[in-house]
Amino acid sequence: MREELIISGRMNPMVDPTLNIWHWQIPLYLFLGGVAAGILFFASLYYIMGREKKYPAAIKWAPMLTPFLLILGLGALFLDLNHKAFFWQLYLTIRLESPMSWGAWTLLIITPVSIIWSATWLKELKPEWHWKYPILDQWEAYFKKHRFVIAWIMLLSAVVLGVYTGILLSAFNARPLWNTSILGPLFFASSLSTGAAVIMLMAKSHLERNIFSRIDLMMIGIELFLIVHMFMGFQASTQVQIDAANMFLGGQYTEVFWIFVVFIGLVIPAFLEVLELLGFKIPIVITSTLVLTGGLFLRFIIVYAGQASRYLY
Amino acid sequence: MRFAMAIDTKKCVGCSDCVVACQTENNVPIGYCRDWVVEVNDGTYPQLEMEIRSERCNHCTNSPCVRCCPTGASHYDYGGTVLVTAHKCIGCGACIASCPYDARYTHPKGYVDKCTFCVHRVKDGLPPACVAVCPTKCLYFGDTDDPRSELSQVLKKRKFKRLIPEAGTNPNLYFLI
Repeated sequence: MREELIISGRMNPMVDPTLNIWHWQIPLYLFLGGVAAGILFFASLYYIMGREKKYPAAIKWAPMLTPFLLILGLGALFLDLNHKAFFWQLYLTIRLESPMSWGAWTLLIITPVSIIWSATWLKELKPEWHWKYPILDQWEAYFKKHRFVIAWIMLLSAVVLGVYTGILLSAFNARPLWNTSILGPLFFASSLSTGAAVIMLMAKSHLERNIFSRIDLMMIGIELFLIVHMFMGFQASTQVQIDAANMFLGGQYTEVFWIFVVFIGLVIPAFLEVLELLGFKIPIVITSTLVLTGGLFLRFIIVYAGQASRYLY
Repeated sequence: MRFAMAIDTKKCVGCSDCVVACQTENNVPIGYCRDWVVEVNDGTYPQLEMEIRSERCNHCTNSPCVRCCPTGASHYDYGGTVLVTAHKCIGCGACIASCPYDARYTHPKGYVDKCTFCVHRVKDGLPPACVAVCPTKCLYFGDTDDPRSELSQVLKKRKFKRLIPEAGTNPNLYFLI
């Protein structure tokens, strides 16, 4: 028998007995940022491809939610900081090694871009809308002229935002569950899937809903593949990573992960989407809500379980 | 210059004097600690083995905390020590999550705090507080780049291990076994 005790006592708050440094704020932000990244990705991609008439919800209406999602997420991130008065230190340096630095700068780009993008479409949503100051009219005309450039900036920063949330966690080699490069693509696939779910909710035409339903189905397939792949990788790796995988394969996170993320968040919506493609009438609100719930649970479970996984020595 | 520490697990009795000395010297807030003593019991009676280790930040040469810090508050300093600049720290917790030794904590004032190898003392030619008070003289502090330092001599003579080197951090605490 082998037992290890800290005989001098060590109960540093939020570190002992197991790491508990990140609470609800981080997974909530990862989710909101992911949804926003997904929506903006499709908006800019389809705008660049010239599908403005075909997919109005994706290009015009859904992006109007993203400034709110991003600001809410940023608020959650700010709440998480323990030395709040010094948050501006993030913007005095660019640290290429630190995913969090990448994220902070990306948010600084994508948040105003999402506001500008939404503002340029506002008059199409509300024809009676008029800006209070004439300078805003000039700006609007300017940005409308350069929508193509904005779309490219948005596309690139949406990809960075979607991928970095996963890389942020996988950069922590001290937490074996997070320390897998699958998390980047997994979170990105999840953010595209949840973004498509929001677009599906807002789409008015059957065609658009159908296309995004198919995209969502594809993303769910990719997510399922990545999840299986992640556990296979863990099982073939070192003891600490086998232990990390076992938290989901019989351990304390088994039920919540397989029921809420895999079954409710991926398998059921995929089934409903297949039924819909076969011609059955399925209320879109059910499918979308399930996908969004699954995405939220995925972030929460990965963040919490990752903190419980550790090296033993 | 490369500061490191050796801990003689054959001499350490686990008195926790190092812990108290550190708390006193560095004004560590009540309920927190920068160093701690681990006791490992192995085997079944009568084949029992015990190892006692005084542990602290490993001041890793390849520190994940420095890599993950978004503001550069965690940085390499004098003699390779890993330090935190309080007024640059935003308290995001990335370094705490990145440390496989759980050697860091959030100070009640909000910034992240940890063992400094007592650089303020070392710069004055004094040993770190924990080393200075150790009643069994089981702690060795010094420069591994200097082959004549007491630490280098001890590491040449004795067998040692480092904690989870497989985490890829290249730690600088040597446990003499």
